[in-house]
Amino acid sequence: MAALERPVVKPRPVYLNLLAIRQPLPAIVSFLHRVSGLLLFVLGIPLLLWGTHLSLASPDGFAQFKGVLGQPFSKLILLALAWAYIHHLLAGLRHLALDLHVGVDLAPARRSSAIVLVLSLLLTVIVAARLW
Amino acid sequence: MVNGPSYEAASAHYGWRDWLSQRVTAVVMLLYTLLVFAVVVWNGGLDYATWKSLFASHAFKLATFLFMIALAFHAWVGVRNIAMDYVKPTGLRLTLQTIVICVLIAYLGWTVEILWGGI
Repeated sequence: MAALERPVVKPRPVYLNLLAIRQPLPAIVSFLHRVSGLLLFVLGIPLLLWGTHLSLASPDGFAQFKGVLGQPFSKLILLALAWAYIHHLLAGLRHLALDLHVGVDLAPARRSSAIVLVLSLLLTVIVAARLW
Repeated sequence: MVNGPSYEAASAHYGWRDWLSQRVTAVVMLLYTLLVFAVVVWNGGLDYATWKSLFASHAFKLATFLFMIALAFHAWVGVRNIAMDYVKPTGLRLTLQTIVICVLIAYLGWTVEILWGGI
């Protein structure tokens, strides 16, 4: 046993170009979980409260709210929020499964993140079909 | 996140509590989402009368209030985590976090107004 040597300090990368690194699927789903959550906080909650307030205020308010929802721009916003809610919910369910040690291995974790990604997009397409 | 000068900030033992609360609030919101979805499907869409009578129910008001409180806690933990990861200057981060707390409390006030304000 030789004397312990100080480990060689390797130069650490100081700058990582995230766009040049190919992210694994679970990382993409994790990132989108954050993006969707932030979107729901910034846009989702105030619009939810505004819409509930207006639509409950009176029959006129209800009709006014429906009118707003009928406009193309509102539909786009609603669709983005629908995707955010669905993706956030499904990715959250995946988190709960991982917490229970279900699907923790590499292959199932990759598969479940692919399912979250694809299923949330599919459900968003169904929402879009109902909106238009 | 673990290394660097912010390490001591992570040793206040709130990590476990937030981890748990994030999951409990998520399940509460999931159940409420399923409830509202079921009501809409059951009624085959919503008109004003159905919508209004739904919110006239005391049980639904309480469920909605519970949902909004769960949402406020959930959003706080989530947004705070994002701020801790990406907003490095302490003053800016604390300012942002204070704004988020104030906004969320205001949202809860708005919720009470909608549910019990007699609009």
